[in-house]
Amino acid sequence: MSYILAKDLVKHYGKGDGIVEAVRGMSFTIDSGEFIAVMGESGAGKSTVLSIMGAMNAPTSGQYAVDGIDVYKLKRERRADFRREFLGFVFQSFHLIPYLTVMENVALPLAIVKARAKEKERMAEEALARVGMADKADRLPGQISGGEKERVAIARAIVNEPPVLMADEPTGNLDSKTSRNVMDLLKKLNREGMTVVMVTHSHECAGYAGRVLHMADGRLQEACAG
Amino acid sequence: MRRKAKAGFVLAGLLIGIATVVGLISLIEAMTQDINHKLEKYGANILIVPQTENLSLTYGGLSLGGVSFEMEEIEQKELGNIQDIRNAANIAAVGPIVLGVVTVSGHKGLLAGIDFEATKILKPWWKVEGSVPEEAGLLLGSEVARIAGLSVGDTVTILNRDFVVSGVIQPTGSQDDQLLFGRLKTVQAVLGKEGRISMAEVSALCRDCPIDAMVKQIADALSGAKVMAIQQVVKGRMATLGQFKQFSYGVSSVIVFIGSLVVLVTMMGSVRERTQEIGIFRAIGFRRSHVMKIVLLEAVVISALAGILGYLVGYLATKGALHIFEGDRGIPVSFNLELAGWALGIAVGVGLISSIYPALIAARLDPNDALRAV
Repeated sequence: MSYILAKDLVKHYGKGDGIVEAVRGMSFTIDSGEFIAVMGESGAGKSTVLSIMGAMNAPTSGQYAVDGIDVYKLKRERRADFRREFLGFVFQSFHLIPYLTVMENVALPLAIVKARAKEKERMAEEALARVGMADKADRLPGQISGGEKERVAIARAIVNEPPVLMADEPTGNLDSKTSRNVMDLLKKLNREGMTVVMVTHSHECAGYAGRVLHMADGRLQEACAG
Repeated sequence: MRRKAKAGFVLAGLLIGIATVVGLISLIEAMTQDINHKLEKYGANILIVPQTENLSLTYGGLSLGGVSFEMEEIEQKELGNIQDIRNAANIAAVGPIVLGVVTVSGHKGLLAGIDFEATKILKPWWKVEGSVPEEAGLLLGSEVARIAGLSVGDTVTILNRDFVVSGVIQPTGSQDDQLLFGRLKTVQAVLGKEGRISMAEVSALCRDCPIDAMVKQIADALSGAKVMAIQQVVKGRMATLGQFKQFSYGVSSVIVFIGSLVVLVTMMGSVRERTQEIGIFRAIGFRRSHVMKIVLLEAVVISALAGILGYLVGYLATKGALHIFEGDRGIPVSFNLELAGWALGIAVGVGLISSIYPALIAARLDPNDALRAV
């Protein structure tokens, strides 16, 4: 049985004549441990699909389930719990909180987890070590490079060891060398057993994925093996 | 907490408000105490006179018919009962007075035997030229001294007894100017009224004590006497203090209201600025309730700090202001733990209530919209 199931997903924005059909009926499945790249032109609906998969944007119709949980049948607060337990997010523009240190940014998802402070500290240190940022734990985001910010964002996404990592254009703001380092890191996490879903424009990045979902005009075009 | 500018603005807004309220209330409290202290020292506020069936024959200070009323007396030892009343601790002084008509240098006058120790409290405005009389001395009202042509050191004979004028009271504008004063025991002996008094004056320290209750207690203790409160003094005092307090509470309410608006507007701005941040919180699994807690906790911490600092600033400002206005004689302002508690409570209450709406707005932000709003 597939780990992630999307069935006839439709998403409309607006009403009446101004209606925008961002996603027009998409179905796919993803197995546990897969590395999926979602590609397509701007406006193809990639980010909308990712936000639906991220349990942050309810589809107009269709079904979306992870590990057998029908995500959009959950109540709003339970959906927040689902995000915390099942998903890790890496945003295109890092979205680090500028006045928190690297360590504090990484530990943020643990703030609402019931665990001892020492245990949380250990988890954050471990996540930083996994992305090679242990030595910059006390810096502020403004004091590190773009590639390092991306690593911190990844550390924050994996700190509570969610089964699925979602990345929205993770290399969109990085140079090619740094992009490769980040993609190597995502590949490493995938090899360690994490399911990775990544939206990207870059064919080079998509090359790291095991499977590519091509989107155009709100629809899935074809499924390609990586 | 590390968003210093906004936090600082909320802190400053609340701190100024709380400091002003504390300063105002401390100032009025100190002034109230000072006024009370002065009023308490301002002489008698209860009169004890004999029960009489006669009507007074004086009007506006003019005596009609030579004597104001037929003299009746109270047993002096009965005055001791006053020390046993329930509010005895509120009595500052009891001044027995014995009165008798005498002739001095060919002029008829009223001789009063008084307790000069009690008189210091009952009539603090007296300014005596010379000294307070010993056993065979007399203190003259200014009019008596003028009409009889007497001055300090002169000897007068009253009812076959010689008295030396030890002092003259400077004009007071009251009936005291017309009287001769001697020691109570001496005058009682001269007038043949040993153990009896004509009336008594009482000074009660009644900032908190009900004067009507005290009057009743004294009346119950003195069976043959009529006890009256000088109501104007008491009621006027209470009314003035009441107006002071109402004014301060009114101004304080306005200031607290403005403080709450400052917090509301600032917290709304803060939530708007932090839309992205709140989006991140929600995206990584924070519940609405977690976001509300973050906003409210921040408000509580800043407000509590504002409450503590506001009290200290208000307290020190009041001390400083009173020192400047009153100099060394300054009215003392003491550290008021109750007021400090209120300052902290009001600051936290205002901060919390004013932040509920911004916290709700923050909690209701859709994570997807919040992240797109960058």
